[in-house]
Amino acid sequence: MATLTQRPRLQIVARPSSWIVWGVVIFFFVNLLGIVASVLVNSFGTQWFDTWLPSGFTTQWYGEAWRQYALFDVIIVTLEVSALVVGFSLLIGAPAAYTLARRDFPGKRLLYLVFLLPILMPPITYGIPLATVLYKYGLAGHLSGVVLANLVPSVPFVILTMTPFLEQVDPRLEDAARMCGASTRAVFFRILAPLLVPGLLAASILVLVRTVGMFELTFLTAGPDSQTLVVKLYNTMSSAGIRAQQSIDAMAVVYTSMMLVLVVVALRFINPTQLVARVKEDTDS
Amino acid sequence: MTTLTERRPATGPPAPQRPSLRHRLAERGVDRLMWLLLPAAVFVLVLFLYPFFYGLQLSFQPTRGGPFADYQRFFSDAYQRNTIWLTLRLALPAAVLNVVASVPIAYRMRGRFRGKRTLTTLLVVPITLGTVLTAQGLLNYLGPTGWLNRTLMGLGIVDDPVRLTNNYWGVFFSLVITGFPFAFLLVLSYLSGIDPTLERAATSLGADWKARFRRITLPLLLPGLATTFCLTFVLAFSVFPSAVLVGDPTGETYVISLAAYRAAYEQVDYPYASAIAIVMGLVELVVVAVVLFGRTRCYTGSTGGKG
Repeated sequence: MATLTQRPRLQIVARPSSWIVWGVVIFFFVNLLGIVASVLVNSFGTQWFDTWLPSGFTTQWYGEAWRQYALFDVIIVTLEVSALVVGFSLLIGAPAAYTLARRDFPGKRLLYLVFLLPILMPPITYGIPLATVLYKYGLAGHLSGVVLANLVPSVPFVILTMTPFLEQVDPRLEDAARMCGASTRAVFFRILAPLLVPGLLAASILVLVRTVGMFELTFLTAGPDSQTLVVKLYNTMSSAGIRAQQSIDAMAVVYTSMMLVLVVVALRFINPTQLVARVKEDTDS
Repeated sequence: MTTLTERRPATGPPAPQRPSLRHRLAERGVDRLMWLLLPAAVFVLVLFLYPFFYGLQLSFQPTRGGPFADYQRFFSDAYQRNTIWLTLRLALPAAVLNVVASVPIAYRMRGRFRGKRTLTTLLVVPITLGTVLTAQGLLNYLGPTGWLNRTLMGLGIVDDPVRLTNNYWGVFFSLVITGFPFAFLLVLSYLSGIDPTLERAATSLGADWKARFRRITLPLLLPGLATTFCLTFVLAFSVFPSAVLVGDPTGETYVISLAAYRAAYEQVDYPYASAIAIVMGLVELVVVAVVLFGRTRCYTGSTGGKG
């Protein structure tokens, strides 16, 4: 009874605040659109000084950026780095996440804290000592250094993303399979693996997005031919000066389209609202 | 997928000749499953803890002076010391704004409605922009001849272009654009994890929406907000590219990460750079620790949403 009488009042009270919230969201998006559109328009424009729109439109900047900055090679390097980081971080992180989700042992909290630290620290803080060490052993300045440095936040990230997924797999399923005589291999392939596919996909896509977007660590460890797209972009933009702004904008558009494809693919596989906790959306009204 | 199987054969019994010890360990939860932790533990040890301690001891071996010379050098130079304040002045308001703005928006969006997925996707898009496109866009859009200033002048709100780039505000906006989607996603997932039946129970007891938010949702959400704040603060605290590109890297936005970078790569003084990095880490950890300490005083039990 109380529910019935309360319901309509809730909506009336909520309305003005609701409008403010949506107003803020729309304001944010209008400005965001302006920011993105100005880069997009500039990357297609010929000359743009004190007017609303450029004086003419052209696609020459894309060709110029592609040739001048060797974008093909940069993209290949970016993909190589990301694929290696995703592969290794899953290989190292997923087994650890399994043990952390299943077992309670002395020192677990301390270990967990150590695993979390790389995510809780700004990359520059540990990036500078890490780069120093990697240069000392001759590992930095090329691809392996970039991959190793990027693994530092990625492995904890995999552990963090995988743990809630693993906690949802009922350990009794594994026990039951063992009772029925399944070997470890069979338990893994026929029970765990199929149930973990969403978790593994989510973790790998998030690590992929992070690695493509990771600036600091790559910047500190990359050599001239192991720069990923972000680092290349930053280097060109900060040393710009005489270079045409439009070709930098064109490169930025290439980068964003690449990230956009990745994120849209990612959102097809994972529901971002379920990263922290599984939601009983069916009971939601 | 195959990652686990390849590791499995290596998980043989560690000490078959001493069953009693093995048994006692297994009772405390230590058994052969622990071998799966080994790669990650070794990894963190070699690539995170070792470099960290290497940097720590390097910072106490400056090129000139005693063990604390580099720290003294940093704190006695007002220009360098000021970087801590400049960084906090950028990162704290940005992180607070990102978290506080996410709460009402996520609160509106926690139920199910048409187009929720589209809206979530739209709100996540800024993650894809990256610092450089954001920086370029801010320079174009907010610059003296950009669209915003044109609109403001066209409407007669201002007479002269508002200066919003190459200063504090440019970097601040860039931090909001990159940090907000991230904070929003986390807050939304924490909010969705709260069992909606709790709120319905409160409604049935006669609580209005204010009381429900203040006494049911907020207490359950606070630990999540604290975590979100920490993660966004870390992002904002390590601001580096935007401080150079849209900021004023020699004055108003000479942030501490920039100071560390310059020491390492422009002055090639690794001990000094390590000292700055350590100071930076400490300042950041103090803020995070304060927030996480506050978090322990919140209710951190089940939110009923985990199923």
